[in-house]
Amino acid sequence: MSDRRILILGYGNPGRGDDGLGPAVAMAVDQLGLPHVTAHDNYQLTIEDALDVAEHDIVWFVDATKTGPSPYAVSALAPVGEVEFTSHIMRPQTVLAIAQQCYGKTPPAFLLGIRGYDFEFVEQLTPAATDNLGAARAMLLESVRAREARAP
Amino acid sequence: MSARKIIIDPVTRVEGHGKVTIRLNEAGEVEQARFHIVEFRGFERFIQGRMYWEVPVIVQRLCGICPVSHHLCAAKAMDIVAGVDQVTPTADKMRRLMHYGQVLQSNAVNFFHLASPDLLLGFEAPVAKRNIIGVIESFPEVGKWAIFIRKFGQQVIEATGGRRIHPRLCVPGGVNQNLSVEHRDGLRKDIDQIIQWVCAALELHKSFVHGHEALHETFATFPSSYMSLVGADGSLELYDGLLRAIDAVGKPIFDGVQPAQYRDYLIEEVRSWSYMKFPHIRSLGREDGWYRVGPLAQVNCCAFISTPIAEAERREFMALGHGGLVHATLAYHWARLISMIHCAEKIRDLLFDDELQGTDLIVTGERRPEGIAVIEAPRGTLFHHYTVDKNDQVTGANLIVSTTNNNEAMNRSVRQVAVEYLTGHEITEGLLNHIEVAIRAYDPCLSCATHAVGDMPLIVTLENADGATIATRIKQ
Repeated sequence: MSDRRILILGYGNPGRGDDGLGPAVAMAVDQLGLPHVTAHDNYQLTIEDALDVAEHDIVWFVDATKTGPSPYAVSALAPVGEVEFTSHIMRPQTVLAIAQQCYGKTPPAFLLGIRGYDFEFVEQLTPAATDNLGAARAMLLESVRAREARAP
Repeated sequence: MSARKIIIDPVTRVEGHGKVTIRLNEAGEVEQARFHIVEFRGFERFIQGRMYWEVPVIVQRLCGICPVSHHLCAAKAMDIVAGVDQVTPTADKMRRLMHYGQVLQSNAVNFFHLASPDLLLGFEAPVAKRNIIGVIESFPEVGKWAIFIRKFGQQVIEATGGRRIHPRLCVPGGVNQNLSVEHRDGLRKDIDQIIQWVCAALELHKSFVHGHEALHETFATFPSSYMSLVGADGSLELYDGLLRAIDAVGKPIFDGVQPAQYRDYLIEEVRSWSYMKFPHIRSLGREDGWYRVGPLAQVNCCAFISTPIAEAERREFMALGHGGLVHATLAYHWARLISMIHCAEKIRDLLFDDELQGTDLIVTGERRPEGIAVIEAPRGTLFHHYTVDKNDQVTGANLIVSTTNNNEAMNRSVRQVAVEYLTGHEITEGLLNHIEVAIRAYDPCLSCATHAVGDMPLIVTLENADGATIATRIKQ
């Protein structure tokens, strides 16, 4: 049980078209009510996300991408401390670094970047992004199920 | 010989992007600096056609850091459209409680995440260490303060608005819910600790200031006018008050101005080189009418603060001005911490106010075609102005956000830094760092921007007047 807690942090602005892919994934997973899975949506990452990160065993950061492969790309993340010029930017690597520094926890973490195409002022995903969302959601759920199956 | 430009390009945006341009004169001296950031006209169009009662929810899409400020400001404007000049005491206090939670948590992000690395570790600390991780290594308690103050503010928002993201407290004319006893009691348990931590953070900050007094007083600094809301008695007021503007020596430019009259006192200018508008004080004109907003303006403009700890801190802070105003740009951070203390004290007061459990939540009135409201958001004065047709659809929206109000001031701070730290044609790490420090004091809002992966490089380009690149520096 102790290594089965999965956190999904989906972030982006649903008012900016396909930038809403991250929150859409989080909400879709949350609605399933899966055991051991916590899903949060937000506009952007923030400091206190580090607390949630420290309390989980696997973390998925889910964001939209403007470039890169379709339907999605997955990359492993490592903690990196950094500072930006505005509080409107925080990277997942920084959240991991805060969790590591404050709580001594660095769970395995991945960035799921889902390809988006249109980032204009509209609260709707494009059809192509919607397809990518479906594929990303299926991959995430398969990952969750596989971990559950391996758990003692 | 033609003039030369240095362009610092902080973010790639979909609708336009931010950059810093520094123009050199023929002698190679800094002549002009401009900080360009995203603008909100696209979003204003997005609101048009929406039903007016939807707007307080929709506008939360404007900002990932301050959605609550837009929610509350739009709600106040739509109160007027709904024909309501005064909401019930329970509705007013619920909104205020939410607002204080929002300002507390947003300012906490600014101070702990953005400012504390520069202030507690020093401007000259290695870049690899000058971040919140480096701060936590040197000051382990700061990480705890940062996370739990921010988390507490979010809990206040969740308790008042139903959820921490996209809360739905406000409707035109009132609120959807009161504060449950369970939420009240949960927040009561933590509020004294939160106040202690914010006060401790301020003491830590003061130790930096007292160790670097000359730097604190002069860095990116210039005298300016200020504008903020104040209460009818001149007190610091973040939620609902009257507009006051003062000049650089503290003399009123205007005072007691109702938000609905803002266009009589402010004018918004469009300039060809920027997507942003340039608001200025109408009576002073384009060249002299610019001003600063935000925590520094709030503390400079008010006569006193109604909560005791914050008032004692305000008095100590104002002593920095030796009888006048405090103009130091880095003093934004000190003022921001005073604002946080005030918010925490107000939250404590409200948590012991039985009217938050009242059941009279909404009043109605006769529909009006226009609504204007002003609120002090964490980064300063925020205006929402809407017109609504007979079908209840929004026909016009004008938003002046805090960052827009600070537009000219940010240019001047960047120019000040460039004058001091630019040598030759090299964009040094030091120049880049110091420009960032100046910008962080204002913490400009990138709000309606997307936050897609890899979308936030910091690109520094040195160009001549012909557009040819002399040097480029990119910070990923």
